[in-house]
Amino acid sequence: MELFAVILVDGLIYGAWLFIVSVGLTLVFGVLNILNLAHGSLYAVGAYTTASAVGAYFAFGGDGFPIGSYAVMIIAAVLVAIVIGPLLERGLLRHFYGRDEVLAVLVTYGVFLILEDVMKLIWGVDPYFVYQPYDLLGSVEVGPLYYVSYDFLVIAVAIIVGLLVWFVINRTRQGKVVLAVIHDREMSQAMGVNVDRVFMAAFAAGVFLAALGGALTAPMISVSPGISVNVIILAFAVVIIGGLGSIEGAAIGAVVVGVARAASVHLLPEAELFIIYLVMAAVLVFRPEGLFQKTQARKI
Amino acid sequence: MDKKSLTRRLGRPVLGTVAALAMTAGMLGTGPAKAAESFKIGVVTFLSGGAAESFGVPAWNGGKLLIEALNRGGEVPAPYDKKGFGGMTIEYVLVDEAGGATKQVQEFRNLVQREKVDAVLGYVSSGDCLAVPPVADELKAFLILYDCGTPRVFEEASYTYVFRTAAHAAMDNISLARYMKSKGIEAKYFAGINQDYAWGQDSWADFVASMSVIQPGAKVKTALFPKIFAGQYGTEISALMREKPDLVHSSLWGGDLQAFVLQAGARGLFKRAQVAFSAGDHVIPQLGNKMPDGIILGARGVNGLAAKARPNALTTWFWDAYTKEYKVFPVQAPFRMVQGLLGLKTAVEKAMVANGGKKPNAEELAAAMKGLEWDAPSGRIQMTLGGGHQAIQPNAIGRTKWDTAKGEMTLIDVEYYAAECVNPPDGTKAVDWIKAGFPGAKCK
Repeated sequence: MELFAVILVDGLIYGAWLFIVSVGLTLVFGVLNILNLAHGSLYAVGAYTTASAVGAYFAFGGDGFPIGSYAVMIIAAVLVAIVIGPLLERGLLRHFYGRDEVLAVLVTYGVFLILEDVMKLIWGVDPYFVYQPYDLLGSVEVGPLYYVSYDFLVIAVAIIVGLLVWFVINRTRQGKVVLAVIHDREMSQAMGVNVDRVFMAAFAAGVFLAALGGALTAPMISVSPGISVNVIILAFAVVIIGGLGSIEGAAIGAVVVGVARAASVHLLPEAELFIIYLVMAAVLVFRPEGLFQKTQARKI
Repeated sequence: MDKKSLTRRLGRPVLGTVAALAMTAGMLGTGPAKAAESFKIGVVTFLSGGAAESFGVPAWNGGKLLIEALNRGGEVPAPYDKKGFGGMTIEYVLVDEAGGATKQVQEFRNLVQREKVDAVLGYVSSGDCLAVPPVADELKAFLILYDCGTPRVFEEASYTYVFRTAAHAAMDNISLARYMKSKGIEAKYFAGINQDYAWGQDSWADFVASMSVIQPGAKVKTALFPKIFAGQYGTEISALMREKPDLVHSSLWGGDLQAFVLQAGARGLFKRAQVAFSAGDHVIPQLGNKMPDGIILGARGVNGLAAKARPNALTTWFWDAYTKEYKVFPVQAPFRMVQGLLGLKTAVEKAMVANGGKKPNAEELAAAMKGLEWDAPSGRIQMTLGGGHQAIQPNAIGRTKWDTAKGEMTLIDVEYYAAECVNPPDGTKAVDWIKAGFPGAKCK
């Protein structure tokens, strides 16, 4: 029972983190029909920006009000979204709408390579540490173990992000417009919807979610070159399990992967890496389009 | 005295004689090494990627500092006070090791065939250390492997022109197991967290084998192998804490080790179990006092803080020069780069004594390097394994202790191990030597 509880908590913590880093990927695919291979780099840019911003915050007197560093983390993610989102979407990706999907994959792969070097140019190869937000909330006892409260903050943020994205898409006028564009771009345009603006906003939201994932992760790790690659692989596994383009699918996929991995680490450590792809393969055998077949709704 | 006045004073007859001598030397082949002659080395190390900030960049910082000091001459303590390599100025071509083994093989060919280097010194990655040596022998190019850890390079093959000037990684874990015994740290149950590739798997296998000989009753609780560059260790930390081992062994390095220390520290793992990092000294400059007290730490060799705790003239010179130049203390990688360069200097000068003072070719260098011994900031280096191609060296293990007054990390309870105590004899594979109970080990 105790083991089950530990696996569940570990799985939920990891799953929450996975959801945050992968929900932007599925959102962008759902709206723009672009598989964004640069998603991991946007996560890394978020982590670096946060590391710099939070570092500066504490260097300039943030110690007096450390909780303010959480606001700085969110602002850093927003900044990344505002700067990079429109730049990439308007400057590059819009030229590839309606063309072969493989072309967009290649273009975003190019963006990934460019961003990796841009990050080295800006931040160098030395690691950045901003552990203050990680320690700030103390720890909580769960059964026989101590967990850092920050981990539960990540779960809370994941729930808020999930609910917010779901609410905006399903319960607001703007969400209806996005759904209309997903279903039929030409018809939406004919009805007076500014499709370009929808695309730009959706892509910027995707960038924000990637950067938010990076921002939340930065205090837990040493932010250094190469952190983007792992994330993109994991994010792909999650969104494929959930169904490309499905927010609910990403949530379910993240939790399934998180719990499966936690169970493996505790019970069968040798299978830790394999288990994620085993889950993915098992889902795809029975549901080739993922658990939630959102892509079916698209007009062909 | 300027060049013009020198020409006027010596006059044409002297210049004519010099020119004639030069022509004679040219006809006879390579002439005696002159002050103007240079020795060109190719240096290959990680300048980008995950291993850059912990290994590649600090290693090159140490190498560059030494080369510049040697070129000025008279700065490095004896016997290295002679200028350059045997009077020749040291030139270098620096290559980034990032990009994988296939790229490195090509880069090595470029260094030898296009850049015409006299020797190559390089490689942190064990994969590169396995891929490049066959090409070095094919091209008859002199190669020093300065950093990588895999014992397989000379245990599974032999080369004529290839040498490794640092001990291989088996020493790390043999020393750790010996330290547990000598310090009375009984590990009834122990666990491991190591990266899921050759380095992590081999380190864990060596440690388990060593423990089974030194503490036969010790049992493995769990062995975790997260992916390299995973970054998130929350679940692994839960598993380690739930299993309640007495000892946790880890060979994590770089950003992975830094992330693990930050996350495990916040979860209280270091209070519940004794943790040992087999080669973890290199993250101390970045982590500072975030590295907890009491961690058992190795640095593959008497490197970094362990070297500082047992200083001699050479160690003190290097420590002070590096700290002054880079405002950070040297960890294990710069020590290994420096011992490789000093070994090369010793071999070049030995070969020049043998060949009448000429710049040595690859054959002469290989003959001089085989079985060579020299002193480095990390102690006495002896090329005794792999038929004289693989070094052994002393090792040290200690515990971390933050010095609050000075605001710096120190190493306490340091145990030093003679090279023959923690390295196998020539002709015996490390893993076989461990399993046989370290026959012939010479421990003081």
